[in-house]
Amino acid sequence: MAQEQTVNWAAIDNDPRFQALHKKKSGFLWGLMIFSVVYYFLLPIGAGYFPELFKIKVWGPVNVGILFALSEFIVAWGIAFIYSTRANRTFDAMTAEIAREAYNIK
Amino acid sequence: MRKVLWTSTFIGLSLMLSDAAMAASSGAVADKYKWLTFLVFGAIIGLTMFVTYRAAKQTHSTADFYAAGRSVSGIQNGWAIAGDYLSAASFLGIAGLISLYGYDGFMYSVGWLVAYITVLLLIAEPCRNIGKYTLGDILAFRNNPKASKTIAAVSTVLVSTFYLTAQMVGGGVLVKTLIGIDYTVSVIVVGILMLTYVVFGGMKATTWVQIIKAILLVTASILLVIFTWGKFGFSLPGFLQAAVDNPDIQAQVKKLLGESAANMAPADLGQRFLEPGLYLKSPIDQISLGMALVLGTAGMPHILMRFFTVPTAQDARKSVIWAMGIIGGFYVLTLFMGLGAAMNVTSAKIAALDAGGNMAAPLLAQYVGGGPDSMLGNLFLAFVAAVAFATIVAVVAGLVLASASAMSHDLYVGVFRGDHASPQEQVMAARVSTVIVGALAIYVGIAAQGQNVAHLVALAFAVAASSNLPAVFLTLYWKKTNTWGVVGGMLAGSLTAIYLVMISPNMSYPKAIIANANKVLDGTPEVTEAKPAVAASTGLCTLWAMEGCVAASPAVAVGPAKPGARAKLEAAKTELATLTDEAAKAAKQKEIEGLEKTIAKAEGDLKKWEGQTTSMMGFEKPKFMLKNPGLISIPVGFLVTILLSLFTRDRRSEEMWDELYVRQNTGIHAEGAVAH
Repeated sequence: MAQEQTVNWAAIDNDPRFQALHKKKSGFLWGLMIFSVVYYFLLPIGAGYFPELFKIKVWGPVNVGILFALSEFIVAWGIAFIYSTRANRTFDAMTAEIAREAYNIK
Repeated sequence: MRKVLWTSTFIGLSLMLSDAAMAASSGAVADKYKWLTFLVFGAIIGLTMFVTYRAAKQTHSTADFYAAGRSVSGIQNGWAIAGDYLSAASFLGIAGLISLYGYDGFMYSVGWLVAYITVLLLIAEPCRNIGKYTLGDILAFRNNPKASKTIAAVSTVLVSTFYLTAQMVGGGVLVKTLIGIDYTVSVIVVGILMLTYVVFGGMKATTWVQIIKAILLVTASILLVIFTWGKFGFSLPGFLQAAVDNPDIQAQVKKLLGESAANMAPADLGQRFLEPGLYLKSPIDQISLGMALVLGTAGMPHILMRFFTVPTAQDARKSVIWAMGIIGGFYVLTLFMGLGAAMNVTSAKIAALDAGGNMAAPLLAQYVGGGPDSMLGNLFLAFVAAVAFATIVAVVAGLVLASASAMSHDLYVGVFRGDHASPQEQVMAARVSTVIVGALAIYVGIAAQGQNVAHLVALAFAVAASSNLPAVFLTLYWKKTNTWGVVGGMLAGSLTAIYLVMISPNMSYPKAIIANANKVLDGTPEVTEAKPAVAASTGLCTLWAMEGCVAASPAVAVGPAKPGARAKLEAAKTELATLTDEAAKAAKQKEIEGLEKTIAKAEGDLKKWEGQTTSMMGFEKPKFMLKNPGLISIPVGFLVTILLSLFTRDRRSEEMWDELYVRQNTGIHAEGAVAH
């Protein structure tokens, strides 16, 4: 607890390593987030306003609508995979370095 | 001494259940096989009791009680999140929707998984890094602690109560339909079981109950899918083709489409089951629900709370990944369960037991095992019923723990005692609040019997998305957010959501119910003049009931008067007297019974709503046209938070920003695990 006072939060916030983490992470997270939201809402929009498109049969009785709904699952898992890979490989290492140095950044 | 107490609780509950079952007569399980059901129920309850007993021995501090000592692993937490999230509504409800409406039911399930992307990318890790036990802790980090903890506690209790009421009522009805136990008894048994887990074992027991339940649920689903899909060599087109060719599914589509299906070929009818639009008629409403799901899940107090149980932010991440795998995999399985039930059990039989389709998965289990008269079929049914029961208890336990922690940790310790309570006092407060919330849940469950509660789950998500999520999200990511914005935004978001639901089509409108009941009883008069179909007004009319808005109506063809149920009953009775063939007699008798049921229901409605003309809010018709308020209330929540934050000053919120932002990203000084 005594150590807590010695961390200078504003200094870490201004540290180039933290700024680099912030930039990398924000851009990446927002990109994924916006993509996933757009992709998700295409499903109700497609089913509601373009039903004819969803009815087109592509593989026996399997139509565009079913494939698109299934693709939502694949995309969601894909995003989870991409994020966790990037976080495990890049962000965690960057975070660990900042945390190690926390008491020395003034 | 303790062991005696545990054993007697277990025996007491089992006796209560079997006693009620002996008295009960109806239910999906035949009387001859009731003992089987209790064997399976007993085994599962016994297992959870044992886990609770073990957990209770390790639950001493507040960190143990609220956060399982932060010693839950990522994988365990992933299973527990799935167990917490896959409520009976999604387990039985979505399979049921698919069995009755095909494609739309499956589409409905997608949003529940996508919701976890928000949780993963924006919420889980930061919350783990800066939070302690509750939503209030996150908001209080940089906002005024007392104000933000108070509003967070109110919102948590509100959201949990909506969700809890839906679970208790749904659970009571479900257990009654499955095994015929009296509604009140099953609500009390669920309540007592849940209280035992939470009061003694805290978060540790709750976590394990949720894990056990999730494993059972996934196992049951995989088995059902192997049996139903395996017949087709696990070929997707093969399975779907069988659904398209199925005469029962074709009949169901014909029933759903009504007159517009008159000229459709059987193959087209079957294919229609795999196309959108049989259930979800309003795309705008769908989008509104989607918004509430995608943003609301991340604001659900009982889900947020789960992230405080793992040791680090990395484990929080891992747990969401696991949860997404399990939840998503489960929803893909529901497609096969739902269609399998529609093909093998038939939509008509499913809807006869429960209009919402909740019995689809249990009845499919019974079919897979060999049908209603076989031992194996009833064992399978008993297993699925027990899983459904465990589901309700596990979800309710998580909700009660979340609201109890808001009451004890945020309100009592944080606000009333100014954070100066001894550890013993804090644990005591947590247990007392649990008992209070649990008793309330039982009371509400019994009081709300027979009420229309289906909209409460959607309302819970809408309030979480319009109130909790903007507050948490902006506190974590926007420097200018302050106490005024958070408090004002949460109030505005939640009140807007609640108000819109109260003037929406979710409420009961006596005039429409009475008109419908009369139509059922007396039929429709002769049509002498054909009317073309009228399309609904577009634009703002899709949102608000205004002057000049026209509702959609189908084309009306010239035709004779159609008899109502009363006239049909008379005719059927006269016909019965003339029949001599035994089989025809039995069929007629069945038809008469069905008609009598219909008449009883319509007459009941008439009696219940007699003399009333307006809804609870004093309206004859809905004012707000969507069932889901998120489309309006979520932007309101965000806007009010942002505007109030821009126009007010709060020094603490500004000064704490650097610390919050660094800590939410790096996990420096995050609450550590408790060693045992």
